[in-house]
Amino acid sequence: MSDTTTRDAAAAPPAKTAAPAGTPGDGGPRARLAAAGARLRGGDLGVAPVVAGLVVIWTVMQILNPIFLSSANLVNLLLECVPVGVIALGVVFMLLVGQIDLSVGSISGLSAAVTAVLFVDRGMPAWTAILAAVALGAAVGWCYAQVFNRLGVPSFVISLAGLLGFLGLQLWILGPNGSINLPFDSWPVTFAQLAFVPPWLAYALVAAGAAALYWTGHLRAAERRRAELPATGERTLILRSVALLAGLGLAVWYLNRDRGVGWMFVLFLGLVLAAHYALSRTKYGKSLYAVGGNVEAARRAGIDVQRIYTSAFVLCTSLAALGGVLAASRLAAANQSSGTGDVNLNAIAAAVIGGTSLFGGRGGAFAALLGIVVIQSISNGLTLLNLDSSYRFMVTGAVLMLAVALDSAARRSRRSHGRA
Amino acid sequence: MSPSPTPTAGAAGPLLSLRGISKSFGAVAALTDVSLDVSAGEVVALVGDNGAGKSTLVKVLSGVHRPDAGTITFESREVTVPTPAAAQQLGIATVFQDLALCENLNVIENLFLGRELRALRLDDVRMEVRARELLAQLSAKIPAVEVPVAALSGGQRQTVAIARSLLGDPKIIILDEPTAALGVAQTAEVLNLIERLRERGHGVIMISHNMADVQAVADTVAVLRLGRNNGVFDARTASGEELVAAITGAGDNVVARRTAARAAARAGAAAGTGDEGTDDE
Repeated sequence: MSDTTTRDAAAAPPAKTAAPAGTPGDGGPRARLAAAGARLRGGDLGVAPVVAGLVVIWTVMQILNPIFLSSANLVNLLLECVPVGVIALGVVFMLLVGQIDLSVGSISGLSAAVTAVLFVDRGMPAWTAILAAVALGAAVGWCYAQVFNRLGVPSFVISLAGLLGFLGLQLWILGPNGSINLPFDSWPVTFAQLAFVPPWLAYALVAAGAAALYWTGHLRAAERRRAELPATGERTLILRSVALLAGLGLAVWYLNRDRGVGWMFVLFLGLVLAAHYALSRTKYGKSLYAVGGNVEAARRAGIDVQRIYTSAFVLCTSLAALGGVLAASRLAAANQSSGTGDVNLNAIAAAVIGGTSLFGGRGGAFAALLGIVVIQSISNGLTLLNLDSSYRFMVTGAVLMLAVALDSAARRSRRSHGRA
Repeated sequence: MSPSPTPTAGAAGPLLSLRGISKSFGAVAALTDVSLDVSAGEVVALVGDNGAGKSTLVKVLSGVHRPDAGTITFESREVTVPTPAAAQQLGIATVFQDLALCENLNVIENLFLGRELRALRLDDVRMEVRARELLAQLSAKIPAVEVPVAALSGGQRQTVAIARSLLGDPKIIILDEPTAALGVAQTAEVLNLIERLRERGHGVIMISHNMADVQAVADTVAVLRLGRNNGVFDARTASGEELVAAITGAGDNVVARRTAARAAARAGAAAGTGDEGTDDE
């Protein structure tokens, strides 16, 4: 998020860059608005549509059922987001390089089954079982990447084969019973169902987050000013941190009226933040975007394109496996329907709804978070209304269609804009 | 072989000299015994009809193809250019016609793609300062370094691509059809840019089909025809017809005319037509 604001500030001086000793200091709010408008017209929609959509969904759901925005329901909602959200985070990496993995659901189901069999049937320690499941996921991604890089099979075909194959493997591993329960007192289940951040720690984490946001922004602005580049003003930095502090503080307070913030959600948030850093602040992240934007350009710039593809495949399937483990922990069971049904499409839809382009090279880690909150809000709200999954599927499908249509329209606008 | 004296050539002689370069693909001889000289601060236009061997010659220089025969002398050392990376290390940068930019990345990200500073915590301040410096030196008209390349015009993209080739501080810059598919104003912009490269002391090799552009910016025009040298002209004095004749191979006449002119020059007549001793034949 911090990225967008500094970018605004940097783009604010509308004049040419021919004068490199550009005016230090903050661009006025009007200039910033103009820059944001230009970006919007340029087809870079950012998070605006999804936030607007979320507001609409929450308003409608609250009107239809006043329980929707209650603390108890929101606590639940956030926990429900995590397993598929983690899978969606992996899908973001795949979409960024312009590929897709349709088998994330099957891989998550397989990993749930492997965890359950190793942990319950074979009596291994939970850690070992989980690590083995995630390692299996990584191995699957590596194999996908080999087929993709060496044979040039399109990723959607590879993963479509995987979708069926790994579903079969999952059923085979689960055996004739088809369902394995995880003990309720085992730590994975406790972690996913009952572990909540103590209130004081939750507030402390929020405060630390706000302070970190301010401090990194401050250091960055100071460095930019030293280099005589336009930088975010002190006032904006403070405002931003205070807004974060107030917003998250309020959310934590509201959730603490019930059970509070689940540790599993904190884990998800941590993964999203780590992914955000990797994508926006490292050479590796830029390489991912470059490969998704123009493979040939990336190759000529000396980027090892095959390695980047491999890393995206492996990250995606590993996170899918981790998501499967979390889903099994949350359900306290792995069964034949783990990872089936709408898991696959929800994960991909979350990434796309959150603003990750299906055409590659656009999007970010927060897309997974925002997208999954949208999807789970719809699902949760419709469940509260006692509507069965038929409605849920239809509404989610419609929202996904809307998101992809927006993405395509933005891309078209970009094209005409770029050619202008 | 006497290197052709070019107007802006330094005292040290040519920066880059090719002698007797040949390259065949199977039975097809793409280049036969081609020679070319480029000095620092000189713009050499490489012209020729389709299939004349311009692109092959550029690929030989940029390390994409290895020549079958001939020598490349760079800064008075004989060198080989086995790979594109080797070309960059020598100081030969190539801007290909398709530019190879990532539209989704901004100007800075494109400039530093593949050679970002500080891999694990990008030093975007230093990258931005360097990018702005570079674009300012080129007097480039880029609206902002933070906009994605998708929002730039064709000429601006060309500028970004050229600026990117300058990052490695090359001595020779090869531009493949830099003005193809550009509008009038954008073409002028790119031509200005090429002149600025010359002022900065780079040697520039420019491939072009457009005689007006060539005559506007080049110092020397090297004509290739069917994979062979077909004359080197002084761009200021050569006429458009002369160039076109050399390109299309109404060339027999040109050769005849040139031979006649040279004979006349030897005989002491005033040679005001701009013909000069060239290294072919």
